[in-house]
Amino acid sequence: MLTRRTALLSGLALPALSRTGFAADPIRIGMTQPLTGAVAASGNYVANGAKIAVDVLNRAGGVMGRPIELVLEDNKSNPREAVAAVEKLVLRDKVPALIGAWSSTFTLAILPKLMEYKVPMVVETSSAARITTSGNPYVFRIAPTSEMEAIGFAELVGKYTPAIRKIDFLSVNNDFGRGATEKYGAILGAKGIPTGRVETMTPEATDLSAQLTALKQSDGDTLFITTGVEQLTLAMRQAIEQRVGKRIVSTGGSFPDALIHQPLPGGAHSDHVLFYAPWFPEKAIHPEIAKTYTEEWNKHGWEFAGLTEGFRGYDAVLTVAEAVRIAGKVEPEAIREAMWKVQIPGVNGNIHFQKEGPAGRESGQNQPNVYIVRLADGKTSLV
Amino acid sequence: MDQALQHLVNGTVLGGTYALLGIGLTLIFGVMRVVNFTHGELYAFGAYMAYGLVSLLGLNFYLSLLLAALLGAALGAVIERVLLRPLRGADIDSVMLAMIGAALVLQNASMWAWGGVAKLVPSPFDGMPLVFGPVSVLPLRLFVLGVAVALLLAFWFLLDRTRAGIAMRATFQDPETAALMGVRVAWVGTATFAIGSGLAAAAGALLGPVFMVSPTMGDLVGLKAFAIVILGGLGNLPGAVIGGFALGYVEEFGGGFLSTEYRDAFGFLLIILVLAIRPQGLVAAKERVG
Repeated sequence: MLTRRTALLSGLALPALSRTGFAADPIRIGMTQPLTGAVAASGNYVANGAKIAVDVLNRAGGVMGRPIELVLEDNKSNPREAVAAVEKLVLRDKVPALIGAWSSTFTLAILPKLMEYKVPMVVETSSAARITTSGNPYVFRIAPTSEMEAIGFAELVGKYTPAIRKIDFLSVNNDFGRGATEKYGAILGAKGIPTGRVETMTPEATDLSAQLTALKQSDGDTLFITTGVEQLTLAMRQAIEQRVGKRIVSTGGSFPDALIHQPLPGGAHSDHVLFYAPWFPEKAIHPEIAKTYTEEWNKHGWEFAGLTEGFRGYDAVLTVAEAVRIAGKVEPEAIREAMWKVQIPGVNGNIHFQKEGPAGRESGQNQPNVYIVRLADGKTSLV
Repeated sequence: MDQALQHLVNGTVLGGTYALLGIGLTLIFGVMRVVNFTHGELYAFGAYMAYGLVSLLGLNFYLSLLLAALLGAALGAVIERVLLRPLRGADIDSVMLAMIGAALVLQNASMWAWGGVAKLVPSPFDGMPLVFGPVSVLPLRLFVLGVAVALLLAFWFLLDRTRAGIAMRATFQDPETAALMGVRVAWVGTATFAIGSGLAAAAGALLGPVFMVSPTMGDLVGLKAFAIVILGGLGNLPGAVIGGFALGYVEEFGGGFLSTEYRDAFGFLLIILVLAIRPQGLVAAKERVG
């Protein structure tokens, strides 16, 4: 079954399945992302990934003979706006399933609304543990938690020479950043690697000199940075200015793509915990799906670097579409039930939900794959 | 001690840029009594112009900075001519609403024109820092500080030693009497708004290569500019410079030695303190209201 669907999802479906027009009403999938505001770059990447998944699915015949339609609402990088976006999608657009909302803070703000309206949501990016442990049965997360990431990283920690002996953190001051600091600190601490200094920054901060000067005083050898793409790029550039002199590892899937074209001076290199490495699609669990996704993205002429985040939207749409197909009807409760039976290949790897949280009110949590990509002199390699 | 020295250097560099941000805003308020909510957006406009001219058109970096500031001044003149002049004599609420509307339009226009993805502006400066004993600073940051100081001096010269500056100060003190003395008050308004806007755009163009350029970059900057001019005293030019450096040092030392979590809060805590002790600001004299 996996093989047949792999062919379908990778765009290799039989021409007989291909349709140029649909007589039936579209199946609407609601999505909220930060299309504007502090983390707009990432939100747009994820939305673009979702759009191309819709194109690929519709070219292959849609779902139940009906086309998929993506209804996108901007949450403006703001949790209040994220709640408003969900209200609009559910009440005005009557979507039977949602995808969102990039940041853990936005997603956590939305959770009570899912319970209120009884609409399932696929969480494509957010990593805070509470999202799947708070007892919300409408949540199905395909993204890894900070803990999963940290465990994945901890398995590779022995590969570092010189060895990692003490770590510092520079994290964005929200659920995403604090969650990563807590989990990485605990899991690496259990491996005998203590935490030195922890510094935080607001999501809008651009001058990080005070934080980096303070971090320079710590005797940690490795600095973990958790934030969005823009702030990560700033932090890495300013770390050179402040002569922080530590190995830099970023978490959460952010990659400073601008530093490929304008590399950091002095041969500085950095490692990045990612969930898709578009430079090496052949190394993905399902290379044919990764290849289709990458080719479709490039056909649009979008920035190559967006591929590292866009796959989240792509995999999320595949997940919802499969749940609708299994449910056989476009009703929120039926789709929620069907989510537990989803078992499909995605760009990141196999997507299948396991139960997490209080008994009887469990959320779904997928077990995604983690890659560590090294950036040195504008060139990438897999660790 | 080494850490304190590094914070001192960082605070000076940051303070210079803050002073540049504050002076354009306080000038417009001082002369025109207009609270310019478009200040942050003009800053973003300057940064985008620098990006477009350097990265897309391949123009010389220094020429691009100059052109970005001039384009910012031209945009400011248009805003004044189209929006503010018809509102002369209107109540302060109407003017504030018009400026908030203009800020929203400018930010959305940036989003539409440039997209939401942040851009890096290339600069001819080496990315490695200059090292002086225990402290380090990027050559680009020193350049920005130097230009900021030069602009502040040029600006002081303009206001203090030229006929245009005398006309501006006369309008600031008493527009009716200035008009009776032959000052073209309408022209002074356009020129003042254009200069203030040009300074905001210059700050954006200078800081664009230091940070990154994005459509919402003006939000925080607009807020900080208001903090700076409130610190120094609304409409007070030396106050804006002192307020800029005070905010830079407080953020840097507070963040470095107390808590980075509350780095931005330290600046606003200082404002609360100043307002409690000297409501007119650090430098400004008391003013009769009503």
